[in-house]
Amino acid sequence: MDLSESVEALWRIESPQLIATLARRIGDLDIAEDLASEAFVAALEQWPVDGVPPRPGAWLTTTAWHKAIDRARREETARRKAPLLVAGQDGQLPDVTDAALAPIPDDLLTMLFTTCHPVLAPESRVALTLRLFGGLTTDEIARAFLAPSPTVGQRISRAKRTLAEARVPVEAPAANDVPERLRAVLEVLYLIFNEGYSASSGESIVRTDLAIEAMRMGRVLAGLLPTEPEVFGLVALMELQASRFRTRADADGMPVQLEHQDRLNWDRTLIDHGLGMLDRAFDLTRPLGPYTLQAAISACHARATSFADIDWVAIVALYDALAQVTGSPVVELNRAVAILHLDGPEAALLVTEPLLEDRRLAGYHLLGAVRDDLLTRLGRHDQAAAELERAADIAPTKQERQLLLDRMVEALEAANH
Amino acid sequence: MRVMVMTKGDAADEGRGEPTTEMFEKMQAFNEQLVNAGILLGGEGLKPSNAGAKVAFSSSGVSVFDGPFTESKEVIAGYWIWEVSSLAEAVEWAKRCPFDSSYGDSQVLEIRPLFDMEDFAETVDAETLARSEELQSRATGG
Repeated sequence: MDLSESVEALWRIESPQLIATLARRIGDLDIAEDLASEAFVAALEQWPVDGVPPRPGAWLTTTAWHKAIDRARREETARRKAPLLVAGQDGQLPDVTDAALAPIPDDLLTMLFTTCHPVLAPESRVALTLRLFGGLTTDEIARAFLAPSPTVGQRISRAKRTLAEARVPVEAPAANDVPERLRAVLEVLYLIFNEGYSASSGESIVRTDLAIEAMRMGRVLAGLLPTEPEVFGLVALMELQASRFRTRADADGMPVQLEHQDRLNWDRTLIDHGLGMLDRAFDLTRPLGPYTLQAAISACHARATSFADIDWVAIVALYDALAQVTGSPVVELNRAVAILHLDGPEAALLVTEPLLEDRRLAGYHLLGAVRDDLLTRLGRHDQAAAELERAADIAPTKQERQLLLDRMVEALEAANH
Repeated sequence: MRVMVMTKGDAADEGRGEPTTEMFEKMQAFNEQLVNAGILLGGEGLKPSNAGAKVAFSSSGVSVFDGPFTESKEVIAGYWIWEVSSLAEAVEWAKRCPFDSSYGDSQVLEIRPLFDMEDFAETVDAETLARSEELQSRATGG
């Protein structure tokens, strides 16, 4: 094992807690990250000579702290203010063995709340979270997003500057802000996951890494917040969805519907772990949140041994609850699909009727696609063709537009027979 | 990258003593670190090899050997499944596994990456995939 590979691995393992601890003492994420990087550079210089220390994490913390003290001294010498050190204002430099330097998991949580702060744009939250909480290098993030490394580097610097300019303190949110701030954190993790999940097949190998990182960070968060059901719900949802990565596209990269996926090829390890996480979410017995409900729906699919074996009664009930919690018309559309399997196309079509009036779905082509499927099943091919024409007009990509138009031609042919 | 990490010891050391509370706690602390790092996906401990058997194939036929596997220097005692970013990361974690020489003079952690779908896409031909589909429809009745 090459030393630089080991140091890169150690960065991933140790840097989040190291930066979080330094940030608590110093009050500045940017300086904390700088100090951590300096400590790793020192490791690359010294370890080949002295050997890798028995507790690399402790070595890195101590080294970073020495660098912090050096900086403070330099600043003092320059007769500038020393904003660097929160402690030791009376000119006394803090002791390296100071108990306050001990890593505290809460620091990690505070850092995550900061990197997901609402003052930042979503793409900045994503990059900064992957960098600081995920311990990814800028190059790794750039590779995952298929973006040039300098672009990602600039995005991260800009995010840190925004936090500094808005004077966002590195501290845990006030108790009554926690639910909202936690929602923002979960949103960022799910955004990262979906960045990987929805990637097209040509990019799938790289992008799957993002989904894996999102799941890993979700599990870390679950360890930090073991009483928040929605954290477990989100991890379960991501793992259950990711368990179908291998089967969701065919050899040509076209999406394969759940009904036709090769269930034997689903990832049992992720399913087992995801179901365990879902149990934890349920055990915390609170009104079920949207992530837990979605995970529970996903679990119904994971537990079924075949498509015919799916518990549609449970799925429809879960969609009822999810529609209530979210009030989302997209959820309502998914509920209609579940009702198709439980009560047939007529009942499902009824559920979709009010959605035609919902302005939030005005540009949503999948409404037309679902209605086409229902109308076709009912033999109403004329109407199906009309739905497809409307859907094709608003399809987001050329391929999807073409697919819808092809189906329209089929529907018109069927109508003329 | 998903890896299987197998803990192995000398068969001669099997059953050298029940784990003490202290050893148990050390192992638990290590497992907790793996969970908190978000990398532990699963794992099991195995009973000593005297509870197992081997089925060996050779040109002279099939032989069955009951445990314990006394001649073996590396008997698997348990395994984990980790999701890590690189082999180096798995090595860094493995180095932190507790070791107590009172249970044996040596302990080996063997780290082996699992195949994933990208590995198969290139080696499995269309015919085999078709057979797999047929197997699936027989298994699920679908």
